[in-house]
Amino acid sequence: MATLAAALSRTAPQTRILGASFSWWLLIAPAVILMLAFYAFPLAEVLWISFTEPEPGFGNYERLLTSPALQRVWMTTLRICTITTAITLVAGYVVAYALVSAPPRMQRWMFVCVLLPLWISVLVRAFAWVTLLRSQGVVNEALLGIGLIDQPLRLIWNEFGIAVGMVHYMIPYAVLPLYASMRDIDPRLVPAARGLGATRIEAFRRVFLPLTLPGIVAATVLVFIFSLGFYVTPAILGGGRTLMVAEYIKLQILDLIRWGVGTMMASTLLVAVVVVLAIFARVVDFRRLFGGRH
Amino acid sequence: MDRSAQAGPVANVLAWSVLLFLLLPIGIVFPLSVTDQRFLSLPYEAPSLQHYATFFTSERWLASTWQSLVIAVFSTVLAVTSGTLCAIGCWKLSTRLTDLVRVLMLLPIIVPSIVYALGIYRLWIRLDLLDTYLGIILVHGVTGIPYVMITVTATLANFDPRLEQAARSMGANLSQTLRWVIMPRVMPGIASGAIFAFIHSWDEAVLILFIASRALFTLPRRMWDGINENLDPVMAVAACVMILLSMLMLAGDLWLRRRRER
Repeated sequence: MATLAAALSRTAPQTRILGASFSWWLLIAPAVILMLAFYAFPLAEVLWISFTEPEPGFGNYERLLTSPALQRVWMTTLRICTITTAITLVAGYVVAYALVSAPPRMQRWMFVCVLLPLWISVLVRAFAWVTLLRSQGVVNEALLGIGLIDQPLRLIWNEFGIAVGMVHYMIPYAVLPLYASMRDIDPRLVPAARGLGATRIEAFRRVFLPLTLPGIVAATVLVFIFSLGFYVTPAILGGGRTLMVAEYIKLQILDLIRWGVGTMMASTLLVAVVVVLAIFARVVDFRRLFGGRH
Repeated sequence: MDRSAQAGPVANVLAWSVLLFLLLPIGIVFPLSVTDQRFLSLPYEAPSLQHYATFFTSERWLASTWQSLVIAVFSTVLAVTSGTLCAIGCWKLSTRLTDLVRVLMLLPIIVPSIVYALGIYRLWIRLDLLDTYLGIILVHGVTGIPYVMITVTATLANFDPRLEQAARSMGANLSQTLRWVIMPRVMPGIASGAIFAFIHSWDEAVLILFIASRALFTLPRRMWDGINENLDPVMAVAACVMILLSMLMLAGDLWLRRRRER
């Protein structure tokens, strides 16, 4: 009897804890249901359609190997993304470097310049680039006005225009992780290297640069992933003449109504993003980035 | 600090050129919007507000602005309520399963919009939700959840779980604990999550191309068509309106941050 009572008294709090955790699960439920029904399910359907339309099988994926048009779209996408990432990283590195060593007041202004564009609609920025870069645009008018050129330069509706717009969009995403990695570097290290006889460039290359490697990797992954599936800026600044994968997908679905090829390209894009993430997940602490527990 | 730890003049000049490059497109929009010409250009003689007059008397532009606002408000409410509750639940339970839930909630940030757009387009065709307020609000709300999750989770990170246990042990039930102990604590996170979710919907320009066509024409959607058809100077005004709202939100976020730090 006594043991039974003891057992009961031990189980009672446990069931209460179970009951309590049940009610906490109820809090999680609405978001999970919404996300499963209206995000995960339609996403899974995209993968499903890529294998089932127009007929079941791997037909759509075979086209990836046989169709030069599809391969060209992917090559263009990878080329532009690589160029964008490279330029963005250099520009972002310079900004982060100046930012980390600037006096506090100056630093605040520099931060405003970096963060402000993040708050402006990507569409508004693409529109602004069109007004700046087109043949009667502000840049060409100015260059013609001071007599530097006598014919408008073709700055837009080609890969140059796309790269300008994309680099502009991506720089803040590169600066933030780079700045975070530089801020953690002991500020006495570079002067120490200089004191031991290293030149300015040596001290940078052999002490500072290697220490920022995690930031460089994080920035590269972030920028490359965002670039891969970027739609608005390439579509507007490319003017339909340079097709990147996201715009190609849109054309397949909305204009040509070829669901098979469209969803296949979308699935491939999704896999590419996940693979890049997975490869670098070891280097970049994604759990910390995403707010999980250590 | 030793001078050699400072960025050299070359680095500083380069950095400021990059920063000017970042500001250039934002800075150009306002001068374009006050042009005195009938086409998109900088003002030739004197700034003029004629295109602002056109915007604020145009039924189409005003309707778009209104639709964008309505959609942004309701999708923010959806994202904030479900996202906040979910973040609190995950924080309290903190099991393997909730880590999985967190990853699920972050999908909309990782997956390119264009991929999701296909899926939701297909689903909305079937459910007959294309071109409806409900359809767009659901989509913008669900894709806004990650921003709320991130900001609320961040405010919970340095919140002592024993406070919650203390409240429970003194007899508060779940809803009382939520209301009197947890909510006041996470309010700043909820507010900045709401700002992000609002901006997310207000600026969203990819999904809307798929799930709305005629009846509903949000501001980004109308701008999209304008850029691809005729580069009307009114577009610059619309761009300024969009920037203005973003700036208001940014100011709100900065104000909240400053208050939190105090």
